[in-house]
Order: sequence, then structure tokens, then C-alpha cells
Amino acid sequence: MNSSVGIDKDTDLMEIEIGPSHPAMHGIVRFSVSLSGETIVKMKAEIGYLHRAFEKEAENSRYIQILPYTDRLNYCSAIINNCGYSMAVEKLFGIHTPKRAEYARVIMMEVSRISDHMTCVAAAAMEVGAFTIFLWFIKAREYLWELIEDFTGARLTTSWTRFGGNANDFPDGFLDKLANHLIKVQEVIDECDKMATTNKIFVDRLKGVGILSKEKAISYGFTGPMLRAVGVAHDLRVADGGYSAYSDFDFEIPVGEVGDSYDRYLVRMEEMRQSISIIKQASQKIPKGSHITRNRRTSLPPKSEVYGSIEGMIDHFKLIMEGHTPPKGEVYVNVEGANGELGFYVVSDGSGTPVKVRVRPPCFNFVAAMADMCVGHPIADLVPTFGSINMIGGELDR
Amino acid sequence: MLELLINPYIQTILKVIFLIFLVVLPSAALLTLMERKWSALIQDRRGPGRANIGKFTFLGIFHILADGMKLALKEDFYPAGTNRFLFTIAPYFGFFSAVTLFALLPITSPLGNFTFQIVDVNIGILMILAYMSFSIYGAVLAGWSTDNKYGMLGAVRASAQMISYEVFLGVSLLGLLVVYNSLRISDIVAGQNEYWFNGLIPKWGILTQPIGFLIFFTAILAEMKRAPFDAPEGESEIVAGFFIEYSGMRFALFFLAEYISLVGMAMLISTLFLGSYHFPWLLDAGFKLGSLPLVELPQWLVVFLRFITFGGKVLFCCWLIISIRWSLPRFKFDQIMKLGWNRLMPLGILNLIITILVTLLF
Repeated sequence: MNSSVGIDKDTDLMEIEIGPSHPAMHGIVRFSVSLSGETIVKMKAEIGYLHRAFEKEAENSRYIQILPYTDRLNYCSAIINNCGYSMAVEKLFGIHTPKRAEYARVIMMEVSRISDHMTCVAAAAMEVGAFTIFLWFIKAREYLWELIEDFTGARLTTSWTRFGGNANDFPDGFLDKLANHLIKVQEVIDECDKMATTNKIFVDRLKGVGILSKEKAISYGFTGPMLRAVGVAHDLRVADGGYSAYSDFDFEIPVGEVGDSYDRYLVRMEEMRQSISIIKQASQKIPKGSHITRNRRTSLPPKSEVYGSIEGMIDHFKLIMEGHTPPKGEVYVNVEGANGELGFYVVSDGSGTPVKVRVRPPCFNFVAAMADMCVGHPIADLVPTFGSINMIGGELDR
Repeated sequence: MLELLINPYIQTILKVIFLIFLVVLPSAALLTLMERKWSALIQDRRGPGRANIGKFTFLGIFHILADGMKLALKEDFYPAGTNRFLFTIAPYFGFFSAVTLFALLPITSPLGNFTFQIVDVNIGILMILAYMSFSIYGAVLAGWSTDNKYGMLGAVRASAQMISYEVFLGVSLLGLLVVYNSLRISDIVAGQNEYWFNGLIPKWGILTQPIGFLIFFTAILAEMKRAPFDAPEGESEIVAGFFIEYSGMRFALFFLAEYISLVGMAMLISTLFLGSYHFPWLLDAGFKLGSLPLVELPQWLVVFLRFITFGGKVLFCCWLIISIRWSLPRFKFDQIMKLGWNRLMPLGILNLIITILVTLLF
């Protein structure tokens, strides 16, 4: 856009630090920016302000003890992290989860995805000054978090999955409430759609901002909505047959055209609608069965067995004292996080603690590409671009 | 005693005191609450309502008091590297320019010899424009004196934006001047109580100058640095822009000046374009619609009704400006300038030419 603006030879560039404490740098990050007038000529992203040593902690924790840490990766969609990590450990064990548990996971993952997209779109809207849209989305997110609270007992730090299933089955009256709240959420999405999508100022702020070409996006390792916004219909939920129970449902993968912030916004809005459709389909055909596998190597026996039989007692004792002991090996499991490919690489040496748990955070690549997307643009464009990549400090720095 | 009151100087001083302490400051303070309540309503929140005295909250009115006390009791803080003199005087420019506007605008028609207007100068509109440009100094000095890069960016944006939009403000008013043929505020006000079609449709500014009104309204929003034109404060980019380093009472002055000028601008819009204090078909002698017979009213009642009318119009304008702020995103700075120079400027000149042609031909 303004890349034709040359640098005046006689003047110095203005070095300005944006962040780490800056209203637009949600989830702490710092950009060292050199400005010529209002145009960015140089930019460097500084990450690590939210580093919590997840991977190091994981080396010293039992498999199940790592699960609560995963809540804190992407705190907007904790359940997707829970599921991703559990799926990795399940693959290590080579066990399958019951169909009912998979359906519950899909429903809750999609609820989380909507809430994550909502947070992203809301924050991006707020950053271009549409504070009302922000609060409307936060209101809708509240409905979703009520659902999550009903199911898992926690709003944010769910720690809900277990190896081979989930902590609990659907609570009473959950599906009615789900259907009810989805209608309300749909209303809010439509309302915000009317308010923003065709708003001239909103479109002008986002169109042509933060563009990255298809080739560059792929070479940066973009995934998720960011990759779909440049026009690549890649979604791990359907790629290679999908994971969990996603192959049972019909849904579309929205793709953008040019890959600017506006396309990302549209992709996210459409994905929210698709997620609602997935939840509706899933809640209509939930199979009967157990919410967790009966494999005693991974799941605790019910209390009646623990106190009533010698085998139950020993299973319980072994799991509590030694932890889960998956066979030796290494796995990589990637799920479609709300931001993109969320991967867990788990190495086991057969003991109760993993040798390594490595997380592939989707937004790491996006932050790396920030400089490419922003240089040459005015400083006012940095904010919507940053808003559209949906950087989550928790998973970026781990 | 009565002689003293008739003395025009004493009258003016009394008017100033009345205006500042009973109109300007309370209305600005109440507007902060109104804005918070109204934005809360838009955003499905409840808005402020906790501050109380005993059991009484009175819809959150005590928040004004609480906010004021909190700001007044804060430390008088100068950040390192500031130019103390400029840092101290900067907030007063905006405050001054916001308050002086009130001196020129009548709030209702004269009662006998007593006018409800502090001064009625023959270059009223020019003075208004001059006072308004004064607030630029506040923004620029505030941003520059703080030795903060965000402040500097904000100051540069503010000065560029306000200086450009003053041009469009002036251009949009030219048409109005042609129509009412005067720079004097009272003439423009009187001109808006004339009627077309045998006393049916009042010649309000918004009807004689619809395009002029749109440009004027847009330029006013930009001049006040109010959303969607709040790029100089651009909360999410340059944090708070030119007043980033201000706190305590000095910040409160900026804040208060913003709301005072909101009332002032609402009054200005009402005065110039919405028929000022005139209620349609309410003449000095009484109520008269078209060719129907006149319903006579006593003068004091007419004056009072007009005061209410003016208050209502001002409130409506305030409400409109607040609603716009809470429903639109923020422009980017270069978009603001493009909108001004590429759209408003040609439109304003076109409007002026059309106005002149129409005035000459008819």
C-alpha cells in the first residue's frame, strides 16, 4: 500500500517499542518497530514473555499431571488442547476411545473453537475501535463457557479429557441447554455480522491489511484459518480421513481469496457457523455407550471395584503410584486447533513420565510472519493484522 | 440593587457565572454518566451503578463525584523528561476553547431587553472557528511536552487532522452564510424561524443546507477527535495518543474539555442547523401553523418553551454523537485525511456553488 513511501535520508527513524504492556498486545509480546513517519520500515517480534517451561515441566510430571498444563496453552480453547494431548497419549498406548466419548469431544471441541474464534474476532474488532462488537461477542462467549462449565466443571481450565475417554458423561439436561444456547450464540453472530461485515470503515480497516501470498504463507508453515484465508482448503479435521469422529459429519471448509485480515475475519465467521452445524449434527446422533474405555492400563476403575475386588484395588494402586506407563515409542498427533495445527509430540521410554512432550503451537509461525505482513504499512495496520493472527501467548511461549 | 442588575457589565458577569457553574460543568459531568449508561445499554451491560451514599445510588450519579474525587486526590505527577511549563498549561487550551464557545450561542429568545446570550458579535461564526482552532495547541503541546513517542505520534496526528478538518468546517458553513446572509449568530437564528410555503415548513439549516449539515457534522466529529475519528487517541495503536502521560487533575481537564466541547458542539449544531431554540410554528407572539389563526401565548411562556426546545435539541445531538461513537469502528489516520480532502472538500465546494446559484436565481 504505502510501500512506495521512501525513507527520508536526512531524518532518523523513530524507534518505538510496542509492548510488552500495550493494549493491543494481548498475551504479552513485544514488537520493536522502526517508523519513518507513520510507516513501518523495520520490525522485530520479541516473544517469550509468557514462557512457563511447559516442556520442561512435562519431563518431570506424570502423563496425567501434564493434562492441566495443556489447559494453559491456548486458554481460549482449552478443550482442544486437552483432546490433542490425550489423543497423543492414547496413540502411544494404542487404545481407542468409545464412540460416545468421541462425540462428546467433538461437541466440546467445536464449542471451544467457536469461543476461540469469537475471542479473536472480538479482539480484532475492538482493536479497530468497534468496542460494541467486542462486548457482544464476549456476551455470546459467556453462553459457551456456561456450557463448558456445565460439562467440565470449569470455565477456562477444563482438564476434562482422560486417556481413553472423558472425565464424565453428558450431564443431565445438557443437550437441551446446548441447543438453547446455540440459538442465542447464532443470534449474536448474525448480529455482529450485520454490524461489521459490510461496515465501510471496518472493511476499509481490514481489507488489504496483513496480506501474505499463498506461497509465503505455506513456506512460513501457516495452518488453520490463516492458511485457509489465503485459499488453501486444508483442514486437519477432514485431511487424511480426519481424527476423532469428524468423518461422521458434513461441514464445509471456508476459504478466503487474497489472504488479508478481512479474509481471515470472514473465514473465522464462517467457521463459527460450520462449528454450530457440526455440534447440531453431533448432538442429534450421540451413540450410547461409555464415556471412557474400560482398559485398566489407562483409566481408573470405578470405586466399587477398587473397594470390592482385588484386581480393581491393584489397578487403582498401580495407576496412582506409577502413573500411566505407555509402551516405549514416540508419537506425533496433530489436531485442528482453533488457530491451526496443534501438534503434540510425545516420547515415552516406558516409564511413568514422558521423556519429552513437545507442542507445535500454531501461532508461532504467524508471529514469525508478522514482520513480513507489516513492513511497508502504516503503524495503524499493525494492530488489525496482529488481531487477525490470533496470537495466544500461552501456546506461543509455552 | 435592581440598578446593579440592569448594568450590562454586571449582567454579563452573572451570565458567565451562571453558564459555567450551572450549565457547562454540570452538563459535561452528567454527559460522562450519560455516555457510560447509554454505551452500556448498547452493549448489553448495566453500566455504572455501584457508587452510593448510604442506600442511594441514583442511577449512578455518585460516580461523577467518585471519579472527580479520585482524580483530584491523585499525585501531581510529572513524568521524567517533560517540559514542565508546557505540560502544565497544555490541558487549559482545550478547556478554554471548549468553554468560550458557550459565550456566543443563545440558549433562548430574549425576554424583554434581557438576552440569553453572553455576547452577540457581528463576526460570531468567525469567532467560533477561531476558538475551536485553539484546542489544537493543547493537543500538540501535550503530546510534544511529554517526551513520549506515542504522545508525539498522537500530537502529529491530532494537529494534521484538526487543521484539515477546520477547513472543511469552514467550507461547510459558507453555504449557510450565503443562505442567511450574515455572520452574526442571532441573524442566523432569526433566519431559521422563517417559513416556506405560507408558514408550513421552517427554513432550518438542515433543510436549506442538507449537504452542508452532513459535512459540518462529520467535520465536528473529527474536530472533537471523537470516534470514528479518534485516531489521535487511537487507544489500541498509540495507547492514548497526546495525553498518554497525563494523570490526575490534568487528565481530568482533558476529559472534561472533551465533554464540554461535546455539549458545545451539540449546541453549535442545534444553533446553526436545527433551528436553534425555535420550535416549528412557535412565533414570538404565539403558535401559528400555516394560515390557521394565531394561538396567543405570553412572552415568558414562549421563552420558556424555546429554552426547553433548545435543551431537547442539544440532548438529541449529544445522544447522536455518543451513539455514533459506540457503533462505528475507528478510521485509520490516512483514511481520515482521504475522506476529508478527497470527499468532503469537493462536496463542500460543490455545495457552496449550488447554494450561490440557487440564491441568485430564486
